[in-house]
This record gives sequence, C-alpha cells and structure tokens, in this order.
Amino acid sequence: MVAFSPETLSTAQRLIRRYPEGRQKSALIPILHLAQAEFGGWLSPETMDYVAELLSIKPIEVYEVASFYSMFNLTPTGTCVLEVCRTAPCWLKGSDDLVAHFEKRLGIKEGETTADGRFTLKTVECLGSCGSAPMLQCGHQYHENLTPEKADALLDELRQSGSRPVYVTPDFFRES
Amino acid sequence: MGRKLLFEHVNVEGIDTFGVYRQKGGYRSVEKAVKTMSPEAVVEEVKKSGLRGRGGAGFPTGMKWSFLAKPAGVPRYLVCNADESEPGTFKDRYLMEKMPHLLIEGMITSSFALGANTSYIYIRGEYFYLVRILERAIAEAYANGFLGKNILGTDYSLDLYVHPGAGAYICGEETALLESLEGKRGNPRMKPPFPAVAGLYACPTVVNNVETIAAVVPIVNDGGEAYAAVGVGKSTGTKLISAGGNIRKPGVYEIELGLPVEEFIYSDEYCGGIEDGLEMKACVPGGSSVPILPKDLMLKTAAGEARLMSYESLADGGFATGSMLGSGGFIVYDQRACIVRGTWTYARFYHHESCGQCSPCREGTGWMEKVLHRIEHGHGRMHDIDLLADIAKKIEGNTICPLGDAAAWPVSAAIRHFRDEFEYHIRFPERVKDPKHFHRAPFAGMPKATA
Ligand SMILES: Cc1cc2nc3c(=O)[nH]c(=O)nc-3n(C[C@H](O)[C@H](O)[C@H](O)COP(=O)(O)O)c2cc1C
Ligand code: SF4
Ligand code: FES
Repeated sequence: MVAFSPETLSTAQRLIRRYPEGRQKSALIPILHLAQAEFGGWLSPETMDYVAELLSIKPIEVYEVASFYSMFNLTPTGTCVLEVCRTAPCWLKGSDDLVAHFEKRLGIKEGETTADGRFTLKTVECLGSCGSAPMLQCGHQYHENLTPEKADALLDELRQSGSRPVYVTPDFFRES
Repeated sequence: MGRKLLFEHVNVEGIDTFGVYRQKGGYRSVEKAVKTMSPEAVVEEVKKSGLRGRGGAGFPTGMKWSFLAKPAGVPRYLVCNADESEPGTFKDRYLMEKMPHLLIEGMITSSFALGANTSYIYIRGEYFYLVRILERAIAEAYANGFLGKNILGTDYSLDLYVHPGAGAYICGEETALLESLEGKRGNPRMKPPFPAVAGLYACPTVVNNVETIAAVVPIVNDGGEAYAAVGVGKSTGTKLISAGGNIRKPGVYEIELGLPVEEFIYSDEYCGGIEDGLEMKACVPGGSSVPILPKDLMLKTAAGEARLMSYESLADGGFATGSMLGSGGFIVYDQRACIVRGTWTYARFYHHESCGQCSPCREGTGWMEKVLHRIEHGHGRMHDIDLLADIAKKIEGNTICPLGDAAAWPVSAAIRHFRDEFEYHIRFPERVKDPKHFHRAPFAGMPKATA
C-alpha cells in the first residue's frame, strides 16, 4: 500500500493548512510533487488515489491535474531524466548539438530510456536559463553553460551516484 | 553607470540572508508603510510612480490596485506571478535567487497597501531550488517580526506562502494561475469577471509580476515622484532585462528605461556586442511573444530615430516596423541564425503550451508548427508562406486568453521581415538539409532568393 513517510505526511498536512478552510484542494500540486519524489519518480494510479484520499477530493480531480502539467510523469522514467532545453535562445547556443551528443553517448534517441533504466533523454522548452545556455535540468539542479566535456563529466557523476536525483524533499518547505 | 533601484546591493556577500539585507537598508519600506502610512497612501505613491506591470503587458500598477474591489468581510489576496516561462526571460529567477528578501519585502508592503492578510507566491515548478531559498527567507522574515501576527507591533498581520506549479507556461496567464493555485488544470477563465472582483476563491485579487512587486520597495522608500523621475516619459523607473542569444555577455541587467538599444547591445557595461565578432541579424526584444526585428529596425525606428529601451520606443511604428518591451527577455540572433528554425521552435513551444480550450489556438498552433517544420526541413511549398500568415491572422484576437496572439505574432513578424529567408528554404531545399545551413556560409553570402 502507498503511504507517505511520517515526515512527508506532516509536511503535507502543513501544506494543506496554508490554504483557507475548505480549500485544501489548493495543496494538490505541491503534494503531488512530494508524492512523485517519494514514490519512484512517477505518479501511479495508486499514488494518485492516495493523494485524493489525503485531500478528501475525488480521484478524477487528481488525474485531471496530474495529466495537465508536464512535470508529472504518469509512467515510470529512467532514474536520471536529462531534460535538455531546446527553445530558440538555447538553440542559438547549440542545444541541437548537445542533444546529438547525448544521443551518441547514451545510444538512444530523444524521448527514450537506456536499456539499463539509468537515463531518460528528454527535450523540454525554456527553463529560464537562457543566459547560461546550452543547459539541462536533472532533478532540481540546473547544469548550465554545457560543453561536450562538461556533459560527459555529468554523465559519469550521475552513473557513479546511482540514486535518483532529488527534485524536492519535505524539508524544502519551512517548518511552520 | 545607470541608476540601480533594485540591484544596488545585488553583489553584496550574504545579501540573500536577512541580516545582511537588513543592514543594507532592507525592510525599511515595510516599517515606513505599516507604521507611518495608510494603505491608500501607499497606493497613491505607486500611482504617482507611473510603475507599469513588469510581467509583459505593462499595465499601470497603481491603477490596477485601485480597481481592487473591497466588499466588507471578504478577504482580498495578493498573488505574485513567479511563473516566468516566457522563452528568453530569466530575470525573476535571478532576482529571487540573489535577493529573495527584496521580493518578500515588496510582498509585505504591497499586501499592506491592498489590505491582504494572506498572500501567495506562485512559482514555476522547475524552479524548485528557489522554493527552498524563498521558504528559508520567509522563515527569517517571520522570526524577525516582519511576517505573521501584528507585524512590527502594529495591528497589521500577514501570512506569506510559496506555491509551486508543475510545468505549464499557460499558468503565467493570471486567471490560469489562479485556477492552478486552486488545485485545478491551468485553463484561463473568461473575463469578466476580472480578478480584481472575483479572483482567487472568487475573492478580489491582485496578480503582479515578481519585478513589479520588488519595484514597490524603492517607490515606498523614496516616494513615487522620485521613481517617476527615473526613465523616460511614461516608461518610468528601471527595468530588468534578461539578455541571451549570441551576445558576448549574457545575463540580467537593470537598466534605466530610455537607454538606447544600441548602447545596450554593444556597450561592455551590458551585452558587450555580438559573439565571435559577427554581425547581428535580428533581435526579439521582449520575450518570445513579441515581434522579431531585423538589425536596422532594432537600432533605429522607421523614422530614423535611435530606438530606446522603453515601452513607447520599442513599439514605435506598430507591428509594421516595431515590437514591444514585453517581459524584457532580450534574444539576439547573429548572422548565422536561421530565422525559420528559430520561429519553428517558438511555434512548437506555443503548440505544446496551448491549454486546448479554444480551437483557433489549439488547432492553429499545431498547424503553424507543422508548416514551419516542413519549410525548415526543405519540404515547403511556396504557398505555405501565405498559409502561415493566414493561420496566424485567424488565431489573433479569436481566443479566450492572449496565448493565441502570443503564438501568432512571432510567426507574422518573421514572415513580415524575413520573407526572403522563407522563400530561400523553399527554392533551395537541398541547401537547408543540414540543420546548420547558415552556419557554414552565412545567408548574406548565398544566392539571393528573389522571385
Ligand atoms: C500565456 C501568458 C503567459 C504569461 N506568463 C507570465 C509570467 O510568466 N509571468 C508574469 O509575471 N506574467 C505573465 N503573464 C502576464 C500575466 O497574465 C499578468 O498580466 C501579469 O502577471 C500581471 O502582472 P504585472 O501587471 O505586474 O505585470 C502571462 C500572460 C500570458 C497570456
Ligand atoms: S488561447 Fe490557447 S491557451 Fe489561451 S485559453 Fe485559448 S486554447 Fe487556452
Ligand atoms: S531557452 Fe533554454 S532556458 Fe530559455
């Protein structure tokens, strides 16, 4: 059964109290992030049902939202998702080459996951880092001003760490 | 050096902490407002300042504030728009990362002016590392009596919360943002009613951009008139410009409105000129939604006057020969850049980000992406150019929210100013097979595509 750790649960309850009485649904997106981070990087139907129950809303209200926003994954991904920005400002600085470089190094095409499940290569639209292009996001971390050397060093580092990069943890939110 | 109203201390070590920020004069506007001013007096200063919304539309902030309905017994909300997703724009990110307390101070002073006791900062989900930074800064403000019950011993109380989104450009549109904050899909609402009457939880609400809210701090500290004395004409104060693309010094610059565009691009104090000693071909001066201009029109208006970084000057000539200041996302293209490819990336972006409620936007953005894709990849037909222009025209003005217009304008403008380049792709499909077609031999040196 899906259930938050005590720490995440208490953060989730704190988040619900940030909105007026009866408006607990407002906490849905922040709590879905916590759920995705805690339950393997994607939102399974069970996870979404659990969140619905926590917020006392209908499961359909959760699916509706989860399917609208691009940060929510409705299917499993590789452990490290490399999100390479390719909108015009990044393209002007060589994002096409960066995508091609990763495709070559990882032996996959954009949108695919490596056979070992370690990396997913994804292209995304502007991440607000146009002045430090080309760039990618992995977890909450921005990797900017990338060169082929820096890209390779990042792959090595991620391979060695072995764990899923953090994108949010309960302690991102303050205590009160 | 231009005057800095927001970023005077941006490079001070530790300015992201409460202690250093306070030592540099931070939170004075809160003290002044809650202890010595009425909310109406704060609104009055903002009106006098001439401040215009920094999120893109440039609507006068004081006027927006004065529209806020104030029915008795109904809460009012201030919501900060930190969704920043307009391609080319990264100024709010820089401000929040470097000076989180500046935004928090602005939120407290502005919330006081509007009579809001609960306020939210809606921030794009991809900026999660900033959620942590803001949360810590907010905790410091609470600990020092600037947030919470009875701020600085007065009877004014305010709670301030950060709320992450989850990846949707459309949530930058203010009514979509409010839907999202209510835990729903980010579908823009029909207006009226406007948020000033029925916004968050159907209560009167003001939505303002991060930079707009930060600008309230110098306005309250030094007075609206002092703010209005900076800048030019109706473009008062300073503006944060996030400059990227093919320039030597990309970054976020605080400029006095009225700075000549030429100085901004070529001076070492700002962009430092074009990289690799190349020529500038074109520029998108205000984020991906605004019309692209070729170099000549970027530097000088059609009437031959120097183009200035101001709302009026950038728009001089209308869409025929002008553009817009927009969000201040300044994107410079050098001579190697292919306008068709750049425009295709925008069309793809808007198609991806359309919420799908209105058919002209949902379908039209898809068609524009498809047609641009085929022209760029050497499969275009001559009538595709007029087809594109026609689709853009049919989207414009026929949608619930301005995303439709924002998708149409870049396409119309690219055709308006670079029709030759579109024709070139169609006439010489073999020459555009390599995605870097203009890299090896700059367009200027290639056979001219004339009819
Ligand atoms: C599609 C779309 C996206 C927008 N994105 C943003 C944004 O990311 N940040 C922002 O401040 N305003 C954005 N706006 C403008 C807002 O709707 C609104 O006008 C603004 O937040 C008002 O604040 P201001 O008056 O302080 O500029 C967007 C508008 C549209 C139509
Ligand atoms: S114009 Fe586009 S984004 Fe805006 S409401 Fe219509 S479909 Fe949605
Ligand atoms: S275009 Fe890539 S971060 Fe803005």
